Amino acid sequence: MKKYLKNITLGKILVYVFLILGAIIMIFPFYWMITGAFKTSMEIIAFPPKWLPSSFKFDNFIIAFQKAPFAKYFMNSVIAMVGSVSICTFTTIVGAFAFSKLKFPGKHIIFGAMMGLMMIPFEMIVITNFRTIIDIKIYNTIWALIIPFTSSVFYMYILKGFFDSIPDSLYQAARVDGCSNWKYLWRVMVPIAKPSLVTIVLLNAIASWNSFLWPTLAIIDKDLKTLPFGLYAFVSEGGAKTELMMAASTIVVVPMIILFIFARKQIVNGVARGGLKG
Amino acid sequence: MSDVAKKQKKSHFSWGKFKNKSEWLIYLFPFAIGVIIFTLYPIVNVFMISFKEGFDYISKDFTAWGLGNYLYVLKDPYFIQALKNTFSYVFIVIPVSTCLAVVIATLLNQKIKFSGLFQTAYFLPMVTSTIAIGFAWRFMFNYKSGIINYLLSLIGVNAIDWLQNATYNFTALCVYGIWAILPFTIILLLSGLQNIDPMYYTAAKVDGAGPLRIFFRVTIPLLAPTIFLVIMVNTISCFKVFNELFPLFQGPGIANNLFTVVYYIYYQFRVLIPSRYGYASAAAVMLFLIIFVFTMFQRFVEKKLKN
Repeated sequence: MKKYLKNITLGKILVYVFLILGAIIMIFPFYWMITGAFKTSMEIIAFPPKWLPSSFKFDNFIIAFQKAPFAKYFMNSVIAMVGSVSICTFTTIVGAFAFSKLKFPGKHIIFGAMMGLMMIPFEMIVITNFRTIIDIKIYNTIWALIIPFTSSVFYMYILKGFFDSIPDSLYQAARVDGCSNWKYLWRVMVPIAKPSLVTIVLLNAIASWNSFLWPTLAIIDKDLKTLPFGLYAFVSEGGAKTELMMAASTIVVVPMIILFIFARKQIVNGVARGGLKG
Repeated sequence: MSDVAKKQKKSHFSWGKFKNKSEWLIYLFPFAIGVIIFTLYPIVNVFMISFKEGFDYISKDFTAWGLGNYLYVLKDPYFIQALKNTFSYVFIVIPVSTCLAVVIATLLNQKIKFSGLFQTAYFLPMVTSTIAIGFAWRFMFNYKSGIINYLLSLIGVNAIDWLQNATYNFTALCVYGIWAILPFTIILLLSGLQNIDPMYYTAAKVDGAGPLRIFFRVTIPLLAPTIFLVIMVNTISCFKVFNELFPLFQGPGIANNLFTVVYYIYYQFRVLIPSRYGYASAAAVMLFLIIFVFTMFQRFVEKKLKN
């Protein structure tokens, strides 16, 4: 088909026209959000709409930062993300190692039960988790955004799949040489599994950064909100003007856009693999 | 982590002698503790609460075991509306997004220039906050100054109040939902396409088949397992539609007409005061059952396809 199309220029042109149109539609909300963030309050309600702002001044961003503590929200998001992702990565590594290489009674039954857990929608368990964080007294603290996400069956499953593909003979040889499990895991397995680990960390970080439902349940203090929650509160409570709403939304989205541009391949591969397995 | 590391080193010393009988426990423990407290226990708990009538979470008192919560929820007009909306959402978003994604993935799979740029454009919505980019859509859907109404006016369509009118806000939700789910769908289909042996295309070309014929007779049949998988995964995620309601409508829409199943759960235990955990749990169990049926169906078909 590839070569076939090469000969038909009309077909090729159509392919590009369609792809470019589609790409414009997909990217347009981002364009509209970012240009909206630079528009004045007059320009933003103009009809027909203005395709470009008259100037690129950062006034709306400055006002947004003055009206709500977005710098603080940003820090909270970073702390919650770094905290939960690093702990979760650690528990995922040791858990996947146990399921992949160690022998223990009932291993397959426990692993099968874990697979069953992957079906459970997060929305179903928040009801109890909301009470749990109150009972263990971390409600409305930054820990409430970290502790419940310190282990993930899904990421463990992905990593175990990768660990399984590392030949057991390597493991046996290292054990015969007197290498401890701990040393083997961190000196051999983890370096080999680095691409998989990077993917897991990225997917986990994106999920953490964008999470909305849980922070709205676990946090009420203004100073502890994360970016998506803070943004939502800023817009819904303050009845923020559209141009400020766009500026604040841009603050939330830009870090992920940058991350995506730099790590697109890892993210896309991870989604393709994880999605196909999950 | 350093504490754990020390512990490991110390304990390794004695384990060397005792033949590692229980070393696995140390490895499993950090992972298992989180899963038990924040996944396993909540599931058991939600099932239990859903059968406790008149449950009060603070005192843990309840009046009787029974199906009372389920009977209430199934009669609740909001829940019926939520089921209707959620199923309609699935039946609109899934076919439209799947068809679009199949075409786009097929085209992206050609030898094209700037494929990196195209991929960035098509996949970007996947990594961005539903809330933040939802606000951008809210701005685009704006009645008076929205770009969508402007573009429609160019082809002679009168301005539509997408967000504040109960006749149209469901459409707005679906449009946003389709846009948001496309990247994930395209990625899965694209990786399915890349697994197809090029030999099939060569054979079809030798037989003189045109691009359209190849698409319908070769690509689609060979991609069918992936398409099926994508439909199942997306169906499950569409059943959980919830976040999208907040940036677009700040809740279940004007006139409370956009309840979804997950929003209903949220409404019962978070919006209403005092929280009604029994009803929320019963609704959550029903959501789980819907998802369970789809997952089982998916696994069943996958097994059939493999044999």
